[in-house]
Amino acid sequence: MAALAPARRWRNPSALPGFGLSLGFTLFYLSALVLVPLAALVIRPWEIGWSGFREVLADARVVHALLLSFGASFIAAAINTAFGLLVAWVLVRYRFPGKNVVDAIVDLPFALPTAVAGIALSTLYARNGWIGAPLSEHGITVAYTPLGVVVALTFIGLPFVVRTLQPVLVEMSREAEEAAATLGATRFQTLRRVVFPALLPSLLTGAALAFARAVGEYGSVIFIAGNLPGISEIAPLLIIIKLNENDVAGASAIGVVMLAISFVMLLTLNLLQAWSAARK
Amino acid sequence: MTHRAETLRPTEDHPLLRVALIAVALAFLGAFLVLPLVTVFHEAFSDGLAAVWAALREADAQSAIGLTLITAAIAVPLNAAFGVAASWAVAKFDFPGKGLLVTLIDLPFSVSPVVSGLIYVLVFGLQGWFGDWLRQHDVKIIFALPGIVLATIFVTFPFVARELIPLMTDQGREEEEAAVSLGASGWSTFRRVTLPNIKWGLLYGVLLCNARAMGEFGAVSVVSGHIRGLTDTMPLHIEALYNDYQYVAAFAVASVLACLALVTLTLKSVLEWRYGDEIAAVHHH
Repeated sequence: MAALAPARRWRNPSALPGFGLSLGFTLFYLSALVLVPLAALVIRPWEIGWSGFREVLADARVVHALLLSFGASFIAAAINTAFGLLVAWVLVRYRFPGKNVVDAIVDLPFALPTAVAGIALSTLYARNGWIGAPLSEHGITVAYTPLGVVVALTFIGLPFVVRTLQPVLVEMSREAEEAAATLGATRFQTLRRVVFPALLPSLLTGAALAFARAVGEYGSVIFIAGNLPGISEIAPLLIIIKLNENDVAGASAIGVVMLAISFVMLLTLNLLQAWSAARK
Repeated sequence: MTHRAETLRPTEDHPLLRVALIAVALAFLGAFLVLPLVTVFHEAFSDGLAAVWAALREADAQSAIGLTLITAAIAVPLNAAFGVAASWAVAKFDFPGKGLLVTLIDLPFSVSPVVSGLIYVLVFGLQGWFGDWLRQHDVKIIFALPGIVLATIFVTFPFVARELIPLMTDQGREEEEAAVSLGASGWSTFRRVTLPNIKWGLLYGVLLCNARAMGEFGAVSVVSGHIRGLTDTMPLHIEALYNDYQYVAAFAVASVLACLALVTLTLKSVLEWRYGDEIAAVHHH
């Protein structure tokens, strides 16, 4: 891209038609459907003022919901980082029968509607479910506890780390690994000192993507979580509860916090991408 | 060093380790992906095929299926048109602020589905910006089809654009410039030159956009009002049935959406395998 830029500059940029039309439509569509509605959210809490805004967010129920959404998303992203690395490694480096099917099914959480995933997970992890029954014999309850939230968020975040790592692993040359081995490094040393550092930026990018998706997730969580206030109630659900109580300002205050988190994650992802581009 | 047939190359893992890692990876994917999918069909067919058929033939289910199809039929073509326009502007021209524009197009992916619904309530709802005006003129947007379509458009907004922008940027401008300099009109240049180049990428984006549009739950849940037989889409109908303890019916409707997901994944894999060079999502990442 960067190498092409100077070559393009001397070309007449207006050789092709349709600039005004396409950019005009793009800007209109983007503004009308995304930017203006988002602005409506950002300025909404102002009607209750700073003190009202702080009051909404200081409520114990809201604090707990935000902490749960954050904490469970963090744990789910960590699980997905570990297993995503494993799955990507296995899919790129090893050969085994049925690999193409396994590769395709990794995207299931992207394709399966969240409500479908939600009722399936809830049934699966219920006390009499296929996974819930053996777990409850060991005294572990997943459904209707914060653990259920983690399970649902792990499900929906699963493809991100795998899909971010896969192309990097494919393109990674094995020469560095061979060199390390030739110089006497053990396989473990090679993996830790050569392979892992090369994968780190994409590993973190995948983890951040999974986390960003999990924080705002609603559909797959609410069925398995049981939604007990102060225990297993997530922040997005609280927005809906406040809306149903006609507390639009309260819902907007939580919405603004969620939106702020989205922006921070977007910024983090851009920085991560700049970092991994700089290391190439 | 003695030469054995099984000598490991320095970049290969021990066979036992390999088998162990494959087993752990498959066990993880089996428990987290395959079991939920199997559960959907197992629960749906637990009372036999007739029960599934009855659940799908029921009036509210029919209305939910219709609403989901209408919503996708409006939202997907609009976002596809936007994706083509945006990628034409971004890929074929240079202008300041292009990076910002591309970031803003991706923005809806980072926003919580619930927030995506909330913003339209704040604009069109009773207590929203246009609430009074809409009520006076008897126009219903929230708790009606327009609101459901708007929320769906928002959550599926970037799918086509983010596929086409890198693809068309990669393809450059030479072919279109040649066509135009030979006297082709802008429209016929697009139709005869650009469209054949991007058709598989476009289809890929539309496929993913459609899957999300038909399955969206959180955003639609905020704006729908949950009026059975009227503003419940398929995912919302599933929720209503499930909360009514009508598990077989809930999973019957869910199994239709699960089939849609499986068809989407299959088509997606076929497109990636067959036309990988012409799909940005494959060779970029």
